[in-house]
Amino acid sequence: MGPDQLKYSKTHEWVAIEGNIATIGITDFAVHLLTDLVFAELPAVGQKLVQGQPFGEVESVKAVSDLYAPVSGEVIEKNDRLTERRGPDGKTIPAELELLTTSPFADGWMIKAKVSNPAELANLLDQSQYKSHCEASDH
Amino acid sequence: MSLRRTPLFDWHTNHNGRMVEFGGWEMPVQYTSIVDEHHTVRKGVGLFDISHMGRLSFIGADASRLLAHLLTCRVDNLVDGQIRYGLVCNDAGGILDDVLVNRIDATSFGLVVNAGNREKIVDWIGKRTADIAAANQSLDLRFQDHTLETAMIAVQGPLALKLLNQVTSESFDSMKYYTGRSIKLEGVPAFVSRTGYTGEDGFELIVPNASATGLWETLMESGRDMGVKPCGLGCRDTLRLEAAMPLYGHELLETIDPLTAGLASSVKLEKPEFIGRDALAGIAEQTNRNVRVGLRLGSRRIAREHSEIFVGADRVGEVTSGTFSPTLEQAIAMAYVTAEHSKIGSSVEIDIRGKRESAEVVALPFYKRAKHGT
Repeated sequence: MGPDQLKYSKTHEWVAIEGNIATIGITDFAVHLLTDLVFAELPAVGQKLVQGQPFGEVESVKAVSDLYAPVSGEVIEKNDRLTERRGPDGKTIPAELELLTTSPFADGWMIKAKVSNPAELANLLDQSQYKSHCEASDH
Repeated sequence: MSLRRTPLFDWHTNHNGRMVEFGGWEMPVQYTSIVDEHHTVRKGVGLFDISHMGRLSFIGADASRLLAHLLTCRVDNLVDGQIRYGLVCNDAGGILDDVLVNRIDATSFGLVVNAGNREKIVDWIGKRTADIAAANQSLDLRFQDHTLETAMIAVQGPLALKLLNQVTSESFDSMKYYTGRSIKLEGVPAFVSRTGYTGEDGFELIVPNASATGLWETLMESGRDMGVKPCGLGCRDTLRLEAAMPLYGHELLETIDPLTAGLASSVKLEKPEFIGRDALAGIAEQTNRNVRVGLRLGSRRIAREHSEIFVGADRVGEVTSGTFSPTLEQAIAMAYVTAEHSKIGSSVEIDIRGKRESAEVVALPFYKRAKHGT
């Protein structure tokens, strides 16, 4: 799904909807603002999401930023490549946070959720509205 | 109060500098990436606009005597061109500022103070000189603040010497660390010192405002082949933290004394007199003072200022600065902890936004450059 088909929150999360499944990440604009990401904390599978409420955080050298759920629902999958994990051999595999820079709208996805209230999608921005929002906040 | 701007403000905003408030000034925090700018200074050379720092001058037969009264370090034995780190303390031994004092000659000295403390220190000096005058002691002294009429540029990194030699008609090869001298830069008077706040070799240049942008552009142009980059306050902070240099407002406060801050080598209690001396002599006798330590975290999460430190249920300290170390690729912090838990190798836990992360007390600095010939 290309960036033109996504929905956006004012807090710079994007969401791709397929059926009742939402894939959620943060935009290239957010990644550019943050720079120097060092850590991401994502919710566990099964965690409930409430639109507009924090579901995780990303930390850059400068600051910590909350991630806000663009839709309500329940987490069914998270992108393990964004957090430190153990490989099959028991060795630690470092987080691949560079995916947020190199591929924010694809490989850098964060979580997938089952959407509980599709009507909330109307509260989100389309690509052109989101672009205007970014231009207004980029000073 | 509106924020002050340095003469390089337009250059910064024209080159993607992200401007933030710092010490009452609008300063660039970064141009590209903090980590990238950090590595540039560790491996090559970077330029910093540090015009926000306060630049004061003391001229007269009593300049040395007054500075010896104001500072915790010795001033009387400085030689021409020498620079020394010291502290300005209040009568209780609390730190008002940390400064660099430089002797130009027997009757001419300079003082570089922190941006956010400049007005406080200027007032403090005014009051203290008035006290001396009130005690019927005449002072042969002219005290001036040159901050707003000059700019200050730091050239930092292993290639700083090469770059500076390239843009001036003289060589700085033999200039010793913590010395400085006046030179002419393209016909304009400038003061050059071999100093910095990055843990690398480097220089700091003071020039009149009108010359600032020209000098900056000359350095950028001349250093192009070396990969010179403009660097912001973001990496200035990660660089100084790796080098374990304290920052006023974080490790240093009016409620902290320099002995607790680990700066005893800059506090000369054997001096006959200086402001705060008696209080500091008393503090020096105390046992079980808190200790400034370095911490290495187990995770990549960053312990920020004011994060609390625990051993079991006991709160044993507080973080003063924390960041992600680009050199070590690990989260690091400086903190004050109780003496009992300050030993290298001690294990502690840091509460980071409600979650405990393990950390180990490690030797400071976190990073030390290979020594050069100077």
